[in-house]
Parts: sequence; structure tokens; C-alpha cells
Amino acid sequence: MSSTTPFALLANATSLPWAEIPAWPAAEFVRSTATELNRGARLCAWFGVPEGAATRLVAVLAFDADNTLAVGRSHPLTGAYPTLTDTHPQAHLFEREVWEQHGLKPEGHPWLKPVRRSNDAGNAPALREFFRVEGGEVHEVAVGPVHAGVIEPGHFRFQCAGEEVLHLEIALGYQHRGIEAALAGGPHRATMNQMETVAGDTTIAHATAHASIMEALAGTEAPLRAQWLRALALELERLASHTGDLGALAGDVAFLPTMSACGKIRGDFLNLTALLCGNRFGRGLVRPGGCRHDLDAGRAAQLLERLDNALAETKQAVEWFWDAASVRARFENVGTVHPAQAADVGLVGLAARACGLVRDVRYDHPAGWHRFAQAPVAVWPGGDVFARAKVRSLEIERSGDYLREQLAAPAEGALRDELPPPAPDTLAVALVEGWRGEVCHVALTDASGRFRRYKVIDPSFHNWMGLALALRGTAISDFPICNKSFNLSYCGVDL
Amino acid sequence: MFIIDTIAHRLKRGCETMAYPKGPAPALPDRHGGALQVDASRCAAGCEACVAVCPTQAITKPTGKAVALDLGRCIFCGDCVAVCPSKAITQTGDHRMAVHQRANLMLGEPGKEQVRLAAALDKKLLKLFGRSLRLRQVSAGGCAGCEADTNVLGTIGWDIGRFGIQFVASPRHADGLLVTGPVSKNMELALQKTYAAVAAPKIVIAVGACAIAGGPFVGHPQINNGASPIVPVDLFIPGCPPHPLTILDGLLRLLGRLDETPRGPARKTPA
Repeated sequence: MSSTTPFALLANATSLPWAEIPAWPAAEFVRSTATELNRGARLCAWFGVPEGAATRLVAVLAFDADNTLAVGRSHPLTGAYPTLTDTHPQAHLFEREVWEQHGLKPEGHPWLKPVRRSNDAGNAPALREFFRVEGGEVHEVAVGPVHAGVIEPGHFRFQCAGEEVLHLEIALGYQHRGIEAALAGGPHRATMNQMETVAGDTTIAHATAHASIMEALAGTEAPLRAQWLRALALELERLASHTGDLGALAGDVAFLPTMSACGKIRGDFLNLTALLCGNRFGRGLVRPGGCRHDLDAGRAAQLLERLDNALAETKQAVEWFWDAASVRARFENVGTVHPAQAADVGLVGLAARACGLVRDVRYDHPAGWHRFAQAPVAVWPGGDVFARAKVRSLEIERSGDYLREQLAAPAEGALRDELPPPAPDTLAVALVEGWRGEVCHVALTDASGRFRRYKVIDPSFHNWMGLALALRGTAISDFPICNKSFNLSYCGVDL
Repeated sequence: MFIIDTIAHRLKRGCETMAYPKGPAPALPDRHGGALQVDASRCAAGCEACVAVCPTQAITKPTGKAVALDLGRCIFCGDCVAVCPSKAITQTGDHRMAVHQRANLMLGEPGKEQVRLAAALDKKLLKLFGRSLRLRQVSAGGCAGCEADTNVLGTIGWDIGRFGIQFVASPRHADGLLVTGPVSKNMELALQKTYAAVAAPKIVIAVGACAIAGGPFVGHPQINNGASPIVPVDLFIPGCPPHPLTILDGLLRLLGRLDETPRGPARKTPA
């Protein structure tokens, strides 16, 4: 498909000159993007780049089957343009964001609302009105921003008829810390630390994406040893999160043995990352040009031994869980997202794979160490809570195998190289398969090689709509397990 | 059969809760480094190497004055320790860092090389909270790191329930707040309302570099640089995120559950 696209092609974690990206008038650009999406491409990023008083739209597409990315842009425009969301719902939040950031109105967008902007008092997000279902038997349930557990804030508005949820609208923005705005003119001294905390449970994936951007802009890549270490750390991050999520799901259906065990084992996995770099979330490990901490032979042996123990314990705790008919009965046919819906709204990562879609950046767009070593993609049909739990348990096994294989065959050599300065007027794209799914960073440099625009897209940006769809026709009492089965990031969306 | 299997598995795992605080504290990861200490008298004349590498500007050196490190702003990246040529900034390996007042996190001056750890609550509050402390957690721009390492205290390995500490689902059930995140402007109102909904007397605990001073986002117009500008804070626990042991130490310190001589003065009853 990609061989005939008019968009400029590039591989993951590479760059190309801004001037080489084809440009169209806005309406034509939207049409061209729609054509590519119809031919099987996926929208990874859609954002604005200010140019004088006007703004250019940029689209980054993924042709997964062809293992290539494609970029196109519009001519500078002001005012309005015909919406892409109308025919391609996967663009809905991107278009709201562009409208909020640049004032470009997607004409015909069905639900144009702010994403992160503050209200007039500047002390809460500007929520505007919520979609309402009218009727004498219909009632509305509002939850949040502060939730019942130790968890990030967001607002959920349910339209219910009795127990049944007719519609769920999710309003975020509470966590907005100004990350993208601060990146202009960067990288700055705190940029790497901010990238590590875009979504603090996805530190390695976001840090690797940013480091890959800096390396692509410098026209180089990190030493193989560093790429190998990043791949290890990425799977440790996945193991910790997936194990914790299975424990949380068990807790929500009152299956305490697995909840108790997984809660502890998750900490064991986090401690393996801390063995590597001192921090349980991997902060300070990945840096542009390489890694900051090495894994010497003694440490690697300790890592492998503790990993084997933790994996054996996880296997046992997960087996209890799958053996229990009471657990399976609570998960099956609850919170179902159909494959067509998943493709329409552009789900990524494990939420997409649990709908039977084969989407995994490590396999579709391998960069770094994943060009040399891959794990099989874990896919499960069904789209329900069961499938999302199942994909997690499959991925725990495969990440474990991958780590064992890679620890047995380490890459040797330098850990970190000095990076040449970033190329001027260049666009770079980096995708990394974080534990939730595709982490996408896009950078555009100015004439002096500083960031003119930097776009961060956490997988949750694509996937919150999946949770909203999963709730349709589901009992509101099943919201906790549906929510846990996605376990999406609030701050990753709010930036 | 299944129930018997489950019970058998559970018995096989045994008791997994750590002995601490009755036994020794578990070791921090060796590359963690623990709390920093600063001995400004060791600084070479004119050296400002640490000031230049600190990502959150936690280290300052006003003209004519000695180097000062604000452990509340510190995200423990260790870059200053690595560049310091005279070992003026060093890692102590100590997990204990919780303090009552912001100023007790300022390191550098003679006699103030290390953090001045918090003492227990006063008698009246100890009587109320000492054996039962219910906290409402508010994440206000937190990245899920501090939240995760607070959450982990509820797992079987740490089991804070044994100290009578519990995270509750309503501010009306709570004795205080545990705040994480730099307090984004968009969470300002929610934090104020939650604080107002907690019955007095109440306490506020700020966990992590963000909640203390803004962390990696310090100075951004979209945040409040921590919880203090919005609610009165009674305990500051540094880290990015703080190790669970550091958070637990802070909570136990506050409740007077640690057998050690307090290093700070007793406090007045907060609002």
C-alpha cells in the first residue's frame, strides 16, 4: 500500500528534512489523509506547527503491514478546515487538541470540546457541557476528579438506565503540567526528566522514544549495548505493570490470593529495574546517546536469578486465577469492544491486541534492539475484560522468555556516545511499544537545531475512547473491572 | 478441590510481610544512594559544577555564599554527586528523609549538612491519630510514580494496615490528605474542596519532589510548584518517587512508631 502513497516515507526512529515532506492545501490534505487511512494506514499523530500567524497541519501515519511510517503536511492555514473525524473517528481527540492549541476549527467535528484548557478561574479544566441522554428513566452518574483509591484524577460522566450504561463521557485535563509548551526551544536541562515523567509508570518507553528522537536528529544511533539495555528495561517495565494489573483485576472480583501475590511480585519486578539503575521506575537509565548505568556480569546474574523467581511466582499466581470459574465468569463478555470499533477509534497496544488486532510496534516498526530480537505478538480475540487480562498473561510469559534469551546473549561495547548536534529544519519520529501500547514522539527542529515543535502521544490518548465504548450496554457496577482492564494513564494524555 | 488448592497455595507462600520496623529495614537498591548530604566547607573556591548540572535548580550558589541544596526540589538523579570534584555532595544511603518544615530540607550550612528529620505529632494529635490514621490520597498532576509507591504500602510485603494506617475513599472518612504531584492549576479547586471536606483536626502529607516543590516541572505556569501554596503541609517526603521505605518511615515517624530519638522539636497542633 505504502509504495504508492504521495506521503513521504520514513522508518521508525529516523528523520527527514522538513522541506522534503509533501504539502497540500488543507482540504486536499485532509482528503489525502483519509485516502491513506482507507487503504489501511493508522493515524499515529496529527498536530499543528505554527508558521507566522498561520498553522500547518501534520499527519504521521503508520502502514503496519509494510513496516513503514509516512508523513504529510498542509499548507499554512487559519480559521477552519473540513474535519477528518467525521469519516475517521480515530482523529477525534487529535482534532480537538489542534483546535485548542492553534484555533483551527475542524468544520463538522461532532463533539468539539477542550482537551486540557483551564476554566476562566484557572483552577479546573474547562469541561463544557456533557453529552446527555434524555428520558424519565435515565439518570446521570458523575465520578471524580478525585477517585476512591490511590489513583490519578479524571472525571467520568455516565448516562444510565437503571444499572445499564448507555453512554460514558470521559473528561480529562486535570493533570496538565505544560509539558509540550515547555519543550519549545529545547531540549532544556530538565527535558529528559520531564520525558521520564510524562507517564511515570511508562518511564522507559517515553525516555527511549525521546532519546531515539535526539539520536535520529543527530543522524546516529545509540551504541548496541545501550539499545540492548533499553530493550531489557522496557520488558521489565511491562512485566511489573502487567503483573500489577492482573492483581488489581483479581482484587476487583474479590479473588484475593492472586491479588495479594501479584501486588507483591509487581514490586519484585520494579526492584529489578532498581537493581539496574537505582530507581524502581527506571529514571536515570536512558539518556540521549545511550544509557547511564551498565549491567555488569555479577548484576546480570543476580537479575536473572531474581527474574526467574518472580516469573515462577507470577505463573503460579496467574494459574490460580485462570483456574477459577468464578473469575472467568466475571471477565467473559464484560466490557466488550468489537474489532471494527477498535480499528475505527484507532486503539493501540494491548487493548487493540485483545480485540484480535495485530498491532505491536516491536514487531511492526522495529527500531533499536528490536531489529535484532523480537518476541511473538500476543493477540486474543474477544475484546472483553477476559481478553485484556489474557493478553497480559501471555505477554508476561513472552517478556520473560525474551529477557532470558537476551540476558544470555548480551551486546558488548560502549554504553554511551556523545551526540552530534541535532540537524536543523528536520522532522524525526520515534515509536516505542510501551506496556500500554504505542508511545509516539515527533520533533521538528528550527534553523538552529532547537525544537520548533515537539509532540508527545501516549497510548492512552488513543485508548480512552475504547474504555468509553466498552461501557456501552455494560452494568455500571462493572466499571471498576472495565477500567482496570484498560488501566490507562491520565497524565500521559494531559501532558 | 479448588478452595483446598487455593488455601494450600496460600499457606505455601507463608507470611510475606517484612519485619520492619521491629526488625531491620530492608536495604535500598545499591544504586539508589539514599538521602544526600552537603558539606559546603569542602567546596573548592569558585566551583559551581553541581549548580550547572542540576535539572531542577535544586542547587544554588548565591554570590558570596556557600552552595545550598534543597532536597525538596531534588529528583535524586545523582548528577551533582558525579560531577562534584571535592566530595562536598555525597550520598548517605539513608532512606529517612521526612521533615516537618520545608527549611529542614535545605542542606549545606554548618550543622545543616543533612536533613533534620521530623519528630512525632504532639500529644493531642498522637492520641487521635497514633493508632488509627485514615488518609485520603489526592493526585494533583502526579505521574503515577508516587501514587504507585504509596499504593505498594498496602500490599502484603509492607502492609501498612498493621499500623492502623489506611487510604479511604472519601475525605469525610479521613484524618488528612496525602498529596502527590506538583498541584496542576487544573487540580487546584479539587484539592481545596477535598481539604475542606476533611474534618479538623487534619494533617497534610506531601509525597515526592513534585508535591514539595514542583519536581521536574518547577516553574511551569500550569502548576502551583507543590501543595504548600494551596494547603498547609505538615510532612514533606522527598524523592522522585520516594522509595516506599522512605514513605513508610515518614508515616511512622509522624505517628511516633519508630524507636529512635527524635531529632527535631515537637510541633504545634495544626488546623
